Amino acid sequence: MAQRRKNGARIGGVDANTAISRRNLLRAAAAVGAAAGSQVIGAPTIWAQEIKDIELRHVGVSYSVVKAIGDQASKDLGFKVTMQNLDTSAAITRFITQPQTVDIPDLEGWQTKVAVARGILQGIEVKRIKEFDNILPIFTKGEYEGKKVSRQGISPYEAMYIEKKDSTKIVEGVHDWMTFLPQVYNADSIGYRPDIVGHPVTRWKDLIDPTYKGRSAILDVPNIGIMDAALALESRGDLVYKNKGNMTRQEIDTTINALIALKKQGQFRATWTTFEQSVELMASGEVVIQSMWSPAVTAVLAKGIPCIYAPVNEQPNGKEGYRGWCNGMGLMRHLSGKKLEAAYEYLNWYYAGWQGGFVARHGYYSPVPKTAEKFMTANEYGYWYLGKPAADVIKDPYGAPIAKAGAVRDGGSFIERFTNIACWNTVMDQNQYMIQRWNEFKSA
Amino acid sequence: MAPLLAVLLVFVVAPLAFVVAVSFFHYDNFAIIPAFSFENYADVLTAHLTYELYVTMIWFSLLTWFFTLIIGFTVAYFLVFHVRNPLIAIGLFLVCTVPFWTSNVIRMISWLPLLGKQGLINSALLATGVTRQPLQFLLFSDFSVVVSYVHLFTIFMIVPIFNSMSRIDRTLFEAAADAGSSRWQTLLHVVVPLCKSGIALGSIFVVTLVMGDFYVVKVMSGGSRASIVSAMYDDISTLLFPHAAANAVILMIIVVIMVSLILRVVDVRKELASQR
Repeated sequence: MAQRRKNGARIGGVDANTAISRRNLLRAAAAVGAAAGSQVIGAPTIWAQEIKDIELRHVGVSYSVVKAIGDQASKDLGFKVTMQNLDTSAAITRFITQPQTVDIPDLEGWQTKVAVARGILQGIEVKRIKEFDNILPIFTKGEYEGKKVSRQGISPYEAMYIEKKDSTKIVEGVHDWMTFLPQVYNADSIGYRPDIVGHPVTRWKDLIDPTYKGRSAILDVPNIGIMDAALALESRGDLVYKNKGNMTRQEIDTTINALIALKKQGQFRATWTTFEQSVELMASGEVVIQSMWSPAVTAVLAKGIPCIYAPVNEQPNGKEGYRGWCNGMGLMRHLSGKKLEAAYEYLNWYYAGWQGGFVARHGYYSPVPKTAEKFMTANEYGYWYLGKPAADVIKDPYGAPIAKAGAVRDGGSFIERFTNIACWNTVMDQNQYMIQRWNEFKSA
Repeated sequence: MAPLLAVLLVFVVAPLAFVVAVSFFHYDNFAIIPAFSFENYADVLTAHLTYELYVTMIWFSLLTWFFTLIIGFTVAYFLVFHVRNPLIAIGLFLVCTVPFWTSNVIRMISWLPLLGKQGLINSALLATGVTRQPLQFLLFSDFSVVVSYVHLFTIFMIVPIFNSMSRIDRTLFEAAADAGSSRWQTLLHVVVPLCKSGIALGSIFVVTLVMGDFYVVKVMSGGSRASIVSAMYDDISTLLFPHAAANAVILMIIVVIMVSLILRVVDVRKELASQR
C-alpha cells in the first residue's frame, strides 16, 4: 500500500500527458480530502485514509473493462481498482454463481435483464450520479432531439430503470434507480477494402453480394451475427422483420435458410469470433468485406492497409442502419458502507472525462461527451465525435498514425451514427432455437 | 488407495454428477430451475443438428486417427528399429516432442501464413505457374482442420507405440527371418500384433481429443464448421446450461462407447500384463 501511494505521488509529477493539469488536480484532491475534491469531481464523502484499503473488482469483457482505465482510476481516486477480463458468457455466469467475487459487473442489455431478475444487483441512485443530466438522452430517455431511438433488440433505455433500490423488475419510463450506468458504446457495421471493392459501401446487402463470393465474412457470435445477417437480407429485399432483435421462429428459419444457401454458393470465406480474427482476415487479404467492429478497422488501418467502416445510415424505406451496443457498470447487491461509497466515486469518475477521451481513440464513445471533450485535443474531438476533417494526424491509443490531416471519420459524427441505429445487441426469446439453427448454418 | 479415491471423487465423480443432475433441469431465459425432466435430452436427440455434428466429428476422428496412426507408427518404427544407438533413439524421441514445447494455439495458428490465400504455398504455386488462382481449399476448410489435428495429435500416437515397440524381443526378427518371412510379413505378423496395445492407447488419445475439440475446428475451419463442443459453448454463452449439460452427457456416452469398442478389439490390460 505504501508503495502504491508513493507511486501515486510520483507519477503525477512526471506525467506529461495532455491532461496533466486536470489529472494532478484530481489526484491531489483525492489525497487532500473532501474539501479540495468537491470542486473537481464533486464531493468525495470519504477520507483518503479510510479508502486506501478498499479494492473494487470490475469484471467484464476486455473491450469494456480496460486495465489502463482501471490504473488511471486508482491513481485519481486513491483506492485500488482491479480490472478482470472474462468473455461475456463467463462473466454473467460468474456474476450469478459467485456474486461475492465481483463489485462492479460490466453489463450489456441482456445481461442486465438476467442480473436484475436474479436479484444480484442493487439500484444505482440517479441523484448520486453527478453528470446524470449530461448523459445523452439516447440512453436515459430512449430518444434524441425528439426522435425515438430504435427499440429493436434490447436498447440501453429498455433495460435502464427499476422502481426501488432492490426491485427485480425492469420498468418503462424514467425512474430514480438505474440498473446499470452506460459507459462505452458504439454502432457496428461493415468493414471493407476500398482499394479492392472499388465503390463506397453504404448498404448491408453488399456483404452478401455475389461479386464478393469467397471474399466476405460474417460475425460468428450467434446473437449478433444473426442481426448482421438480418440487416443484409432486409437490405437485399428478402423480407422485412418485425423486430430484428427478437425474431419469430419463422423469421429465424428464413434467415438461416438464406445463410445456408449463401454458404453453399461459396459466399463466405470464413466466419470470425474474435477481434483479432477479423483483423487477420482483412489484413491477410482473405476477405475484402465483412461485418466488423470499429477498433478492428482501426487496427487494420494501423497496419497500413486501407480499410473503411461503412456508413450505413437508415434509409427512408426503413432498411439499413447500424447494430448498436452499449456496456455499462452495475453495483453488486453485496456492496455497502465505505465500499459502496467508493463504488459511487468510481462510477462518477467514469463520467469525469478521462475514460471518454481514452475510449474515443479506439473509435468508441462515452455517454457524456461533454466531459470527454476536455480530455481530447480539439482535433481529436472534432475527428472522433463531430465527424470533422482531421486538422492534423490522428493517432490510435498506442501512437500509430491512422488518419492523415484532412481525413474524415467513416460514418460522420457520433450523433449521425446513433440516430441511425437499426437494432441493439440482444438475446432473443427464441434464443435456444436460434442458436441451434445458427449451428446448422455453420455445419452446412 | 484412499487418497487416490478422494482425488477421483472430488475431481471426477462430483463434477460429472453435477453435470448429469443439471442435464435434467428446466430453464428459461433468466433462470435454471431444478427439476427432473427428459426435455433436454428430447431436444438434443430430436435435433437434426446433433446428427450432423456427430457425423462431422466422427469423420474428422477417423481421418485424424488414420493419418496419425500411419505417421506415428512409421516414426516409432524408425526410432526403435533403425536407430541402433539407444541414446540417439531417446534423443530423437525427445526431438519429436520439441514442437510441443509451445502451446497448441501457437502451433495451430502457425499454419495460417503457410496455407492462406497469400500464404507461402499459394505464393509458390502462383509464382511457379502451377495454378493461376490461389487454392482456397488449403485454409478454412476440412482439409486444414485435419492437417492441424494430425500435426497436433501425432505425438499421442508416437509415444505409446514407441513404448510397446521397445519391448519387442529382437530375437523374434531372427526367428521370423529363419522361418522365411519377408520384411513386410514380419512387420505385419510380428510387429503390428505386438504393438496392438500401443496402437489402442494412441487411438484412444486421438479419438477422444478430436471428439472433444472446440478450438481447432473454430480456428482452422475459419468458423465454417461447428463441432459438438462449440455448439455447447454457444448454449452456455447465453446460459442454456441444462441443454448444454444434456449434450455433454450424450457426448460422454458416445465417447465411452467408442473407447470401449477400441478396448474390445485390443485387451490393453492383458497385453500389458503379458509383456511384463
